[in-house]
Amino acid sequence: MKLPAFEYLRARSPEEAWQLHSEVEGDAVYLSGGHSVVPSMALRLQAPSRLIDISGIADLHGIAVQGEVLRIGAMTRHAEVMDNPLVARHAPLLALAAPHVAHPAIRNRGTLGGNLALADPASEFPAAVLALRAKIEIMGPEGRRHVPADDFFLDLYETALAPGEILAAVHVPLPPADRVFAFDEIARRRGDYAMVGVAAQADLEEGVVVDASIALFSVGFTPVRATAAQAALIGAPLSPESLARAQASLAEDLDPPDDPGFPAPRRLQLARVLLGRVLNRMETRP
Amino acid sequence: MTLHIGQPQRRENARRHLAGRGRFVSDLALPRMLHAVFVRSPMAKGRILGIDIEAASLCPGVVRIFTAADLNPRCQPWVGTLDHFAGMQSPPMNILAEESVLWTGHPVAMILARSRAEAEDAADRVLVDIEDAEPVTGGVPVLQPGAARANDAADSNLCYEALLQTPDVDRAFAGAAHVVEAGFTFGRHTAVTLEPRAVVADYDPSSGALTVHQGTQTPYQFQDVYARHFGLPEGKVRVIAPDVGGSFGMKLHVYNEEMGAVAASLILGRPVRYVADRLESFVSDIHARDHDVYGRMAVAADGTILAMEIDDLTRIGAVSAYPRTSAAEGNQVIRLMGAPYRMADYRGKLSVAFQNKVQTSQYRAVGHPIACAVTEALVERAAEATGCDSFEIRARNLIADDAYPHVSATGYQFEKLSHQACLARLRGMMDPGALRAEQAALRARGIYRGFGIASFVEITNPGATFYGVGGARISAQDGAVVRMLPSGDIHCAISVTEQGQGTETIIAQVVADQLGVVPERVSVTTGDTATTPSGGATWACRGAGIGGETALRAGRQLRDRILTLAGALVQTDPATLRLAGGAVVDAATGAPRIALEEIGRIATYRPDTLPDGIDHSLTVAHHFAPGGYPFDFTNGIQGSLVEVDVETGLVTLLKHWVVEDCGRIINPLLVDEQIRGGVVQGLGPAFFEECQYDADGQLTNGSLADYLVPMAVEMPDIKIAHIETPTQDTILGAKGVGEAGTAAAGAAAMNAVNDALRPFGACLTQTPMTPLRILDALDAARQERTAP
Repeated sequence: MKLPAFEYLRARSPEEAWQLHSEVEGDAVYLSGGHSVVPSMALRLQAPSRLIDISGIADLHGIAVQGEVLRIGAMTRHAEVMDNPLVARHAPLLALAAPHVAHPAIRNRGTLGGNLALADPASEFPAAVLALRAKIEIMGPEGRRHVPADDFFLDLYETALAPGEILAAVHVPLPPADRVFAFDEIARRRGDYAMVGVAAQADLEEGVVVDASIALFSVGFTPVRATAAQAALIGAPLSPESLARAQASLAEDLDPPDDPGFPAPRRLQLARVLLGRVLNRMETRP
Repeated sequence: MTLHIGQPQRRENARRHLAGRGRFVSDLALPRMLHAVFVRSPMAKGRILGIDIEAASLCPGVVRIFTAADLNPRCQPWVGTLDHFAGMQSPPMNILAEESVLWTGHPVAMILARSRAEAEDAADRVLVDIEDAEPVTGGVPVLQPGAARANDAADSNLCYEALLQTPDVDRAFAGAAHVVEAGFTFGRHTAVTLEPRAVVADYDPSSGALTVHQGTQTPYQFQDVYARHFGLPEGKVRVIAPDVGGSFGMKLHVYNEEMGAVAASLILGRPVRYVADRLESFVSDIHARDHDVYGRMAVAADGTILAMEIDDLTRIGAVSAYPRTSAAEGNQVIRLMGAPYRMADYRGKLSVAFQNKVQTSQYRAVGHPIACAVTEALVERAAEATGCDSFEIRARNLIADDAYPHVSATGYQFEKLSHQACLARLRGMMDPGALRAEQAALRARGIYRGFGIASFVEITNPGATFYGVGGARISAQDGAVVRMLPSGDIHCAISVTEQGQGTETIIAQVVADQLGVVPERVSVTTGDTATTPSGGATWACRGAGIGGETALRAGRQLRDRILTLAGALVQTDPATLRLAGGAVVDAATGAPRIALEEIGRIATYRPDTLPDGIDHSLTVAHHFAPGGYPFDFTNGIQGSLVEVDVETGLVTLLKHWVVEDCGRIINPLLVDEQIRGGVVQGLGPAFFEECQYDADGQLTNGSLADYLVPMAVEMPDIKIAHIETPTQDTILGAKGVGEAGTAAAGAAAMNAVNDALRPFGACLTQTPMTPLRILDALDAARQERTAP
């Protein structure tokens, strides 16, 4: 399939991007790595009249610790998420998730910001930022705001981004030294969208879980926080019993759609299996 | 004096392809070339009420839009039946749908524009009004009387049926100590070649010549098809297959789109290019398999297999494929059942049914994976019923290596096979005792591994009784023109073709050895009907066995010419000379007498210096048709080791073994790569590949995001060993090898999965063996155990 005709413009500043976007109200799409937008245009699933390349905007680049958070610029390529030492140290769930995202050629071009802005419910990074309790930095003509990941993913391919706004960065709170993490997914082939995936982190005091954050993906229209499973872990050590409680609680957290090729009960079953495995291998530094 | 035959020569064109220097039809750009896009039916069955092309016609770049009324009359319809399939029916097919659409993807209009993108823009604006009808999308009821028809031009949904039986089959079942039985389902899958189907049709009205550049295995077949169906003299039709990015049987069928490109070029008098994109490949390339098989096996108390009974229902498209039909696969399924075994009695019933899906036809290992999986699964059940292990029951029943010639219960004649030697070699490679011990130790830790084996025969090198007898204009013979250039270099133009498997490399090896030169001095031309002799080309693994023998015989004739000439030049009896090291040498001592380039120089530039009456022509042409046995059967056995995650249903393929006998091995490197590629194309549909349709006849996974092809990461290490039993029907002794890997890989893997699941009593009989199907099988077994 070939792309329908479109206009390509490069923005050098956020102001220019907003200007270009407002000129064709509702008919422009921001382009960063292009690995979702361009194929979907080739498939003629969308046909924006204008692509605005925002990859040259300086503010969207860079990975740095800023006070209590690690700021990861939206233009960070998946490959860099995978390899960057600051990400590995302060946002290990992202580093653990990155090798599962597609294949090297895609990871070399695809960007973290583009991935989150698309909000594919089967994608790894949205669940990872949810589990990390990250905030999404958004800039628009009305100013800059920081939206907790819990409030960012609204529905299928729908986020808190208003028309014209640009996802600028992800802010991950710096973790305490003894936080434990794990990430995994079940996929039929390496690099495919997962049948189900889990990102989890927990804080322990004297061996007892005092906080847990668990997000699942490929289980609904958005990445899903497993609130009941988190609660089932708190107040006890990580043990076969607490894991079993968390697994059992998943039914309260998840309501997977009933795909004819993949019935909902099976997806819940796989989510339980995977949650157990992930919680079993939680460690401080992956 | 075998020097290069048997050597692991690297594929000559691999470096060129790796360097991005391949020249595929997809790369071809001709002056004034138009790009074709087809508007396709969005529904599986319906009646066309109207097609509005007005808005599309006004789109930028659009040159012409055809509908059935103005394109179809240019092309005689085609009918996918063969005379030797008695009683077979299939309605005629035209380029564009006329009244009825018959599958989702059926072309209804053709747009020609300056670019593909502009043609796609216009396609979006063609309005097709179709009255929806209830499609036939599978299941057994399609054959019941009064069932709705998939194609109203056929008198029922039954395309073809066949029955094959020995007189004593019922008696064999009645007297058996055990009868094991099971039903099996084999999903549809498709070829997914690296390069999709591609054609550039170029009709020149000034000369009346049609040149078709086409990514195909069979240029001569298409030369004949285009000449007949478009009413052109055969000599005015040239088909060129340059580099072809994989084919696997998929690119030898007649498709609406290629016929459309030719018809449009004839009408417009300018080149027309059509290259299928991935999405339309899924709804227009042939699919394969789609069989429901019920099988029974009669076994004596000592484990001797007495008989098999098979009922195969295969669902094709709404018409049978042309020119090789959609019945050939089922026909091979019922004839290959039990083929490796001494079993005396057999009944095989085949029903081929129409439905509203993409047509099915020949794809790598036609019918073999189905016959092999059913037979080998039943052999495992027979082993269990009689207390034998997997190796023991096969040792007892496989045809003995000294019992040839042998005729199978289904009527196949085997010249000489090596089942027992292959079985013994596989046992040595796999070490089943160690695998059983490891299995037991791991089960105690909740890890479930299993292994399975599967014997097979493969049909290769078919003679004229395969298609020719049924009236199909498909050549069983091949031709080669071998010539020596003035420099002493050799050129071979041959009718077998190259799709990346290394045909040209092995032909160079064979010719080199006949003429005493290194293969680097032999250049090979394939794939052009104007520059190579006519022949069957490449399918049914004929490249090495038939193509190789053709090249060998042509090479020997040129050798004799050269030696005659040399004898005159050095005034010696040619019988005392031979060719070696790029020269004519003394046959006894090997002492050089005259270099090939000196002979070339004299024969070409100074023929006046030769004695009178000496023939100085250094070009020979030779055609070879297989005689003797109707097919060269090959044989082998495969083993698979898997680990099943019983909580997720995921299978890890740990290892795969193949012991294979393809007769004389011309190039061990390429043979092993054929086997490895074949194994992967067997494991793909066993675990991943499936064209999934919903009840409305919509293909629901028709993209590479959803249709899972096997990838390197998921594939096991593949260990290969060989037994060599050359055929005596040819001088070369080579049989075929391209389909062996595909034939039994899935069967071995299914036995391995079921071995892993044995502690749970779960058993898979459907492919692909997806995680969901494995979990379902585990649940079913659990429920059976807990049922009162």
